[in-house]
Amino acid sequence: MNESLRPSGIEDSAARAFWADLRRTTQARIGLGRTGDALPTADVLEFRAAHAAARDAVHNPLDVNALAAQVNALGLGEAVHIRSRASDRSEYLRRPDLGRLPSDTATASDTATAPDTATAPDTATAPDTATARDVDTAPREGLSALRSTGADIGIVLADGLSPRALADHGVPMLAALAEILGDRYTLAPPVIATQSRVALGDHIGQALGVGTLLVLIGERPGLSVADSLGIYLTHLPCPGRADSERNCISNIHPPEGLGYTRAAQVAAGLVEGARRLGRSGVDLKDTSAETSLSSSAAVILEAADPLENSAVPGR
Amino acid sequence: MYHQRIGGATYSFDGLVELLAKATPRRSGDELAGCAAESDAERAAAQWALAEVPLTTFLEYPVVPYETDEVTRLILDTHDRVAFQAISHLTVGGLRDWLLGVAATAEAGHTLAAVSRGLTPEMVAAVSKLMRNQDLIAVAKAVEVRAGFRTTVGLPGTLATRLQPNHPTDDPRGIAAAVLDGLLLGCGDAVIGINPATDSPKATADLLYLLDEVRQRFDIPTQSCVLSHVTTTMGLIEAGAPVDLVFQSIAGTEGANSGFGVNISLLREANEAGRSLRRGTVGDNVMYLETGQGSALSAGAHLGTGGKPVDQQTLETRAYAVARELDPLLVNTVVGFIGPEYLYDGKQIIRAGLEDHCCGKLLGLPMGVDVCYTNHAEADQDDMDNLLTLLGAAGCAFVIAVPGADDVMLGYQSLAYHDALYARKVLGLRPAPEFAAWLDRLGMMGTDGRVLPVPPLSSPLRGLASAS
Repeated sequence: MNESLRPSGIEDSAARAFWADLRRTTQARIGLGRTGDALPTADVLEFRAAHAAARDAVHNPLDVNALAAQVNALGLGEAVHIRSRASDRSEYLRRPDLGRLPSDTATASDTATAPDTATAPDTATAPDTATARDVDTAPREGLSALRSTGADIGIVLADGLSPRALADHGVPMLAALAEILGDRYTLAPPVIATQSRVALGDHIGQALGVGTLLVLIGERPGLSVADSLGIYLTHLPCPGRADSERNCISNIHPPEGLGYTRAAQVAAGLVEGARRLGRSGVDLKDTSAETSLSSSAAVILEAADPLENSAVPGR
Repeated sequence: MYHQRIGGATYSFDGLVELLAKATPRRSGDELAGCAAESDAERAAAQWALAEVPLTTFLEYPVVPYETDEVTRLILDTHDRVAFQAISHLTVGGLRDWLLGVAATAEAGHTLAAVSRGLTPEMVAAVSKLMRNQDLIAVAKAVEVRAGFRTTVGLPGTLATRLQPNHPTDDPRGIAAAVLDGLLLGCGDAVIGINPATDSPKATADLLYLLDEVRQRFDIPTQSCVLSHVTTTMGLIEAGAPVDLVFQSIAGTEGANSGFGVNISLLREANEAGRSLRRGTVGDNVMYLETGQGSALSAGAHLGTGGKPVDQQTLETRAYAVARELDPLLVNTVVGFIGPEYLYDGKQIIRAGLEDHCCGKLLGLPMGVDVCYTNHAEADQDDMDNLLTLLGAAGCAFVIAVPGADDVMLGYQSLAYHDALYARKVLGLRPAPEFAAWLDRLGMMGTDGRVLPVPPLSSPLRGLASAS
């Protein structure tokens, strides 16, 4: 921040030191000073910059080809790209229901609600169409490009409300998961999902025929954190799973937030618990450490899917 | 079946629920629910048709069935037929004309209060759909609703604030620092209210004791609240914790309230428990209730008569029937918090904020608004400035304020403490009188009612916070 914009006549150095001391106790924007009754210029500009970063994190699209190349380099199998039925960002934000459906669901009743996207050429799913396009960079697309693997675990990398979070943390998080889970369980090839809500994973998990699904998804950006990733675990994934049947690890954004290794440990504990219990959700608790995850981590950043999580006006 | 012909086309609406939905100004939540008008022309036609519906129709045809919904039963069973007499002959369109006619008179406050219990939420929601923003402001301004605990909120010429010092881990030092910041900026006269990071009774009790100690130490005439679930608060009342206000989120259908883990009987019990402590000094309104358009849809509890989706604004207004049963101190519509799938952009948020405020006041509630938005909505601080200014003009009882407009716990943007100073200055509004007198005793109140800047180190309040 440009300190020269601070009105030094109003905020003397003693007051500044007083507030600086208190700021160690909270990230809140306390002690901003006043110019008349308004916020000082520097604080207005700083706020705008933070809001701009958050908006960019929501709206800048995921570079799918670049992410696919990084994912493929991990050697976990060739990533397939699944699009939701939301055709653009605006529709994604207004219609969470469409973000939960794959663009190429085969059943006639589903396609009836979105004829345009269902017949759009870029969602055509014949394998030769995909190879004909740009085999070097673009991943294969569509649910029909997935094969049933019978693997223990499937992993979806979903853009959610912060494509930036997935771009920044998706691949290292995937690597950490593969490292801790790879010895014990079989893993299906990773899947990349765009314009996606958490429940899109249910269709993907079913198509992959996996026992447990992990959806790595960009969380709604806050003003101070725009790149937070969450992991949603769903045991025996299939369309129609309720939010109460999932477990969430939130606030993954090292170095400030939860780290990859720690998040992977929590995920591994939840996977083990879900397999033992035969289900995921409210009955399944994180037992990976004495110190359970700070509950605040789950509250700071709303889940990627407020509709499923029952956006509560009372908060 | 309602029919309306405009522009050479005839539009038909299958029942009151559909008519209300199609007549609603455009918003994403109704589109998500599948009940919105499909074109501007259809919306205009629905508004014409709605204008001709007699108010008595709303008593005969509930939008949510009486048999299966306790909110409907509350609305119809407590409807005051005597108060309704003065307007019973009117249509929805006639009610708009009547309201604006009354609002222009000197005795508007008295006249509107006299019919309040004769109005049902559905009548009020319906007429609001025909009203322009200026109508919503003019009518709301004419309604006077006051409530009290240690301060009086809702008095003409005042704008109170909830000081919201949230912290991601409920750190008492961080919360105290944010409280100090807000008090130095003249905020906190509606309530000092914390959204706790967890709903555990222990954490809630710790925060209650923290706020109560601060209040007593500095003799602040205000009330505190920790926004836990009502059952948590009731348990803490039993345990002897210093509970001023009892908080709960409420909605406009039995199903949505059930999703919040409450029903009307439990809420009445909570109200009684809060009142039994007799901690108020200037009044005994103890309930702090929050609402917001879209809550019923998000709980999947938005279907009405005939299984049709009820529009979110009508359902929101029905929540006010639950609220007025509880004589609350504060009702806060959290208008932009719920996200763009319910209110997409600044235009929709502003409209909804004005609707909720006007409808709540007409139904007799001390209405406040959380002027706010999330980062995935098409809105920014300019939209919030607009809504705050309009609400100030409309006689809004209180708004929410956080440090620098950034709630670091809930991850959304509300108003800054500074914004309240702005609104009071440009609109000539003052804090609640009891709180203003306290600010004056601390040397923080200018003769013109402006909250004066005070260096923290020369304020006795500085002892409130310390980093160590």
